[in-house]
Amino acid sequence: MAGIPTFLDSLPAIGYVFQFIGYVLANLPVIAQTTVAVAVPITLAAMTGVMCERSGVVNIGLEGIMLIAAFVGWAVGAAAVGFVPAATTPIFGITPALLIGLAAAILAGMAVSLLHAWLSISLRVDQIISGTIINIGAAGLTGYLNNLISRQSPTGAGNFAPLQVPASVANVPLVGWLINALFDQGPIGITTLILVVVFQIMLFRSRWGLRTRAAGEHPRAAETVGIDVIWLRYRNVVLSGALAALGGAWLSMEQTNSFQPNMTAGRGFIGLAAMIVGRWTPVGAFGAALLFSSATALSSAIVIGPPSGGLGTFLGSVPSQFWDALPYLITIIVLAGLIGRSIAPAADGQPYERESAT
Amino acid sequence: MSGAPSGGDRQRLRQALGDIALLLVGPVVAVALALLVGAVGIALFSGLLPAGKPLDVGLPARAYYALFTGAISTQTFVYATPLILAGLGVALGFKAGLFNIGGRGQFLMGALGAMTIATWLGTSVPAVVEIPLALGFAMLLGAISGFIPGFLKATSGAHEVVTTIMLNYILADVLYWAVSGPLVPARAPQPITINIQDSSTAALPGLPVIGNLGVVIAVLAVPIVWFLLYRTTLGFEIRTAGANPDAARYGGMKPRRLIVLTMTVAGLLSGLAGACILLGNDYQMTPGYDTTVGFDAITVALLGRSNPVGAFFAALLLGGMRAGSGPMQIQAGVPRELVDALQAIILLFLVMNVLRHWLGSRAARGAEMAGIETVTRTYGRESV
Repeated sequence: MAGIPTFLDSLPAIGYVFQFIGYVLANLPVIAQTTVAVAVPITLAAMTGVMCERSGVVNIGLEGIMLIAAFVGWAVGAAAVGFVPAATTPIFGITPALLIGLAAAILAGMAVSLLHAWLSISLRVDQIISGTIINIGAAGLTGYLNNLISRQSPTGAGNFAPLQVPASVANVPLVGWLINALFDQGPIGITTLILVVVFQIMLFRSRWGLRTRAAGEHPRAAETVGIDVIWLRYRNVVLSGALAALGGAWLSMEQTNSFQPNMTAGRGFIGLAAMIVGRWTPVGAFGAALLFSSATALSSAIVIGPPSGGLGTFLGSVPSQFWDALPYLITIIVLAGLIGRSIAPAADGQPYERESAT
Repeated sequence: MSGAPSGGDRQRLRQALGDIALLLVGPVVAVALALLVGAVGIALFSGLLPAGKPLDVGLPARAYYALFTGAISTQTFVYATPLILAGLGVALGFKAGLFNIGGRGQFLMGALGAMTIATWLGTSVPAVVEIPLALGFAMLLGAISGFIPGFLKATSGAHEVVTTIMLNYILADVLYWAVSGPLVPARAPQPITINIQDSSTAALPGLPVIGNLGVVIAVLAVPIVWFLLYRTTLGFEIRTAGANPDAARYGGMKPRRLIVLTMTVAGLLSGLAGACILLGNDYQMTPGYDTTVGFDAITVALLGRSNPVGAFFAALLLGGMRAGSGPMQIQAGVPRELVDALQAIILLFLVMNVLRHWLGSRAARGAEMAGIETVTRTYGRESV
């Protein structure tokens, strides 16, 4: 019967492995570029998580923060198109309307983060419940307003353009594909790559980083050496909202030029998983995000240009929904496999009460 | 002496009534304030409506009138059915210190399970056989969908908040695959399943006023879950593990086993929710078949303070809002997503404990979010 592998049928499987490696190598420039691009919002979400949780606040509301930022960036950009000049910069395709939209998205993200900070730090509401409220509210609010606005089918502000890597650089042997993957990205993408390095250094080499980690590991001890834990947590959570907002803006202003309801599609939660797998470090989280996004990049490459021969027939027989589910599946598997060796900051998720307060 | 309640009884009764009133006052105030904020929001954005006036103060009144009159219908009970069942599942998790956000995936698996049985058996067996089989298979698939994150948490410590959300997307893809292929009848012009009412005997029989048999199932589940929680050893262990995992462990209970068991039962209830709405209201599936029950159930459990009876009334409220949201969109033009936004605002006021600040400590006792403060505690921990 067809479809049931027999011993003889399974022999070509070894050949498939080599065919597959060959296919990946042949398409490496495209796959690598997509991998980095898809990793951008996940990395930004993960860095949001790192910034919050290193100071002791769990933030599962970052999915909702991204969604609100994606909507606000798109909607404000579209509203601004009529009032500002349509000048475009030669690189990144930046227009005044896009900049206004991006600024609004960042402000919106920080405002929603302030709500989470107030609920979880001042009111000491369970932090996962607070995050869930933000997620439900974000879906409802953006769905409501999008329903109203899309009836008028407004013209959007467009989107940021990727930096074009010259063919002479992209075709350099051995490293050309890597340079192309890292720099054939839009302004938010390239900013993210820079932020990963800067944030990693700041977290482990600066006074702010030391204080943040102290507040997340042992807030009482931090307070006794003069660190204002409450204020520090507030600042971190609100600033981290800008990172999540960049991730949302990437979705509606860099990857696409429009807003779709629930377009974050779990990227915030994949970001949280990347944060855990990356052991609460920016570089580690970026690495984990690349792992998750490579699944997406590979499957989209297979769907667009399937490999030839027996491998192509085999991959073609896999339902497309399997490829859609793959990033989520890999997230679960990696999370369950690695978490035992990945320990959260000791005071993560615990509300802090000053000694003097009863 | 006999017949008339003694003074002590009367005092106890008064105290019990007072306790119930205190339990109610928090949610009621939260709902009222949320409706107020919602009204301001509707008026604020009324200019975006087609032919809408900016800052139309009459619009919120028209919208709420349509919402309210739309909710006075059988549909309220029908929409409340899955919310009761899935809400009980989330409440059970809260009691054990677990946060089940996987309601969406578990619901979809339940609906898929029921559809599979209905497609497979069609009209070959009588309803008395087919309905229990469909419900049973739905509960099985739902239970498996709940078991997976429970098992992962118990063995590896992977937090259920992340794994259940990831599973939601995976299971939605599984449903998409099944409904665009294996479950599509031959010669179907497009990917769509059979209509359960026409081509099977699995449709739940209709009932006057309350809608269909699913409502009865959901109402029956309330005392069952209540009994499980408060009158069995397992329920005692679940509540102890949720309130104080260390005490539970020293008391000889097995927290890992409890996690798996609670998540499995929660999944079973959500799966049953999916079956009830599919066999009683939706009847047919397209590949994009989806639900808002997953997040609604969280609101239900929080609003009902993780208590089965409280969840029942919270589900009725939300079911009414879902039932009225369609008429509201048609009659007043206000998008039905308002209900989702309202839910978040209700929860916001609920957790903000506005009463504590306004009315002092006595009312605060009733407004406490009892039983859920342990959800974040296991986050990021290596094991339980």
